[in-house]
Amino acid sequence: MTRAAIEPSLQAPVGTATDRTPVVRLDEVKKRYIMGDQEVWALAGVSLEIARGEFWAIMGPSGSGKSTMLNLLGCLDRPTAGQYLLEDADVGVLDDDALSDIRLRRLGFVFQNFNLIAQLTVRENIELPMSYLGMPARESAERAAELADRVGLGDRLGHRPTELSGGQQQRVAIARSLANEPAFLLADEPTGNLDSATGDSIMALLGDLHAQGKTIVMVTHEPDVAAHGTHQLHMRDGRIERLEETIT
Amino acid sequence: MSAAPRLFRNVRLGVKTLLLHKLRSSLTMLGVVFGVGAVISMLAVGEGASREALEQIRKLGSQNIIITSQKSLAEASAGTQRTRMSWYGLAYEDEQRILDAVESVDAVVPAKIVRAEARLGERALELRVVGTSPQWFDLVDRDMIAGRTLNENDFVNRASVAVLTEHGARRLLATRGTIGQPVRIGNAVYEVVGIVRSETGQGQGMQTPDRDVDAYIPLQVARDRFGDVYVERRAGSRSRELVELHQLIVRVRSLEEVESAAAAIERLLEIHHPKRDWRMSVPLALLRQAEATQRTFSIVLGSIAGISLLVGGIGIMNIMLASVTERTREIGVRRAIGARKKQIIGQFLIETVVLSTVGGLIGVAIGLAIPLAITAFADMPTSVAPWSVALSLGISMAVGIVFGLYPAVRAANLDPIVALRHE
Repeated sequence: MTRAAIEPSLQAPVGTATDRTPVVRLDEVKKRYIMGDQEVWALAGVSLEIARGEFWAIMGPSGSGKSTMLNLLGCLDRPTAGQYLLEDADVGVLDDDALSDIRLRRLGFVFQNFNLIAQLTVRENIELPMSYLGMPARESAERAAELADRVGLGDRLGHRPTELSGGQQQRVAIARSLANEPAFLLADEPTGNLDSATGDSIMALLGDLHAQGKTIVMVTHEPDVAAHGTHQLHMRDGRIERLEETIT
Repeated sequence: MSAAPRLFRNVRLGVKTLLLHKLRSSLTMLGVVFGVGAVISMLAVGEGASREALEQIRKLGSQNIIITSQKSLAEASAGTQRTRMSWYGLAYEDEQRILDAVESVDAVVPAKIVRAEARLGERALELRVVGTSPQWFDLVDRDMIAGRTLNENDFVNRASVAVLTEHGARRLLATRGTIGQPVRIGNAVYEVVGIVRSETGQGQGMQTPDRDVDAYIPLQVARDRFGDVYVERRAGSRSRELVELHQLIVRVRSLEEVESAAAAIERLLEIHHPKRDWRMSVPLALLRQAEATQRTFSIVLGSIAGISLLVGGIGIMNIMLASVTERTREIGVRRAIGARKKQIIGQFLIETVVLSTVGGLIGVAIGLAIPLAITAFADMPTSVAPWSVALSLGISMAVGIVFGLYPAVRAANLDPIVALRHE
């Protein structure tokens, strides 16, 4: 495995290649926060393209803008300036309901602290996105069972999240993120709360999903974890510091 | 997926969430429980009391006007003189006068009340006998227990027949078998032709016309046999009175004309009886008055109900706001995985509506139980109006929506990013 460092350019977006279908295209995207009477540019102009089937790891020190980047990519936020195209959708101009719909149908989230809903069982947690989609109960229950099987928790459907280990909870969260068959998964430090062995198994699971064609963007500060990706994006002060591509 | 099963699923999840905090949820419901319970039981007590009063007034006949002879004030003060005979009250001509002068009147029934010794078989006692016309039984609507009422033939033929009231029959120990048998009243013998049900109660300070009446006989017979002079012995003194008729019951042809007819009769009687030796009572006016009182009562109760449900609602809102804060992260997660604002609002609204509706249902159960207990232990009439149950259930659901809306909207408007970071 070798890595080629590509110097970022403000003009041409990084990661461009002619033979790839872009899932994500950021063009000079900026994000500003007002903190008190101070403006903070969490993103100070980022351009990039992520193609179908790629697995990006975003790295950087705290305050580098990697979380803002993930929120933006996850359609939880809109850019202050610049353009974000997710497949055919111009995220910057969509209203709240349309963004919710994109998150529901096209995106899957995996969080550091799993974020399962405590009062719901494993099955109900996995069913949640399907229920927001309006899928009939029987169908969504079946699909939840399949997904639980897929992450190796087919026998835990009736359990509460608190009855599961951290690794198991993260597997449920991954199953939930897959509920509506999104093409694009976003993971925020997915192994951050797990011991290394468990973390490895979660990374193996994400690797499988990548192998099955999912596009994945993951924020992490662990180089070992980032190494699972096809691309490593290093950020600093709201800008792209460099992009490394893993050549296999 | 159609709306009904989805709603059912959401309600089930809402119930499940509420059951996670059983104590908190039940305490939250208490406000609505007591509000609804109090409203239904208070209304039941009020309704029970007023229904009894209204029922009494209706028995007087709402199309009727009742004119009763009474001593004028001057007569009453002069009545203490032994030698004097007081002469007062309605005259025989008044019946025709009213019938002729007031167009909207379709019947006038005279009543002459006499007290006489009576004997039926072995039983002898003093009866209160009313001499009247057959129409009495049309105007004062009572069920027959046995036999028949007085009829036109009895009236024209001055027949010696008597109809006993339930009250009189009981006193005389008369039964169905008594029909056709002779009863001696005063110095004459009458054939008992019927027994009629009677009312002995009192409504809004007004006597029903058949209160304490034991028997009816044709008016002419009463007039011929008993005359118009009454001697009353009381504590050694003796007073003599001359009264032609004790009562006139006037029936007006429609409810709308009762008030104008009453006014017309009043003017007429003032001309012929300037001493005001009569008084008039209009059941309809009393009915209206009783209804107005009841309305006021209902408004007062309604306000109390409103306040208690408002307090209950504020309690619910308070808890739901706390719940939104507590579940900020959950809301963030739901938003992140794709829930629309509307769906978050729906989720929280369902929880408050479930809370307030379950509270309302428990309140209804309490509201139905309390009147039963009041009737059983305090012996007061109560009547649960179905509309009061429907109304308070409806209001409690509305309370859930109104007071749940603000916390729900607040939950939905949380920034998902901030909500996700919330610890």
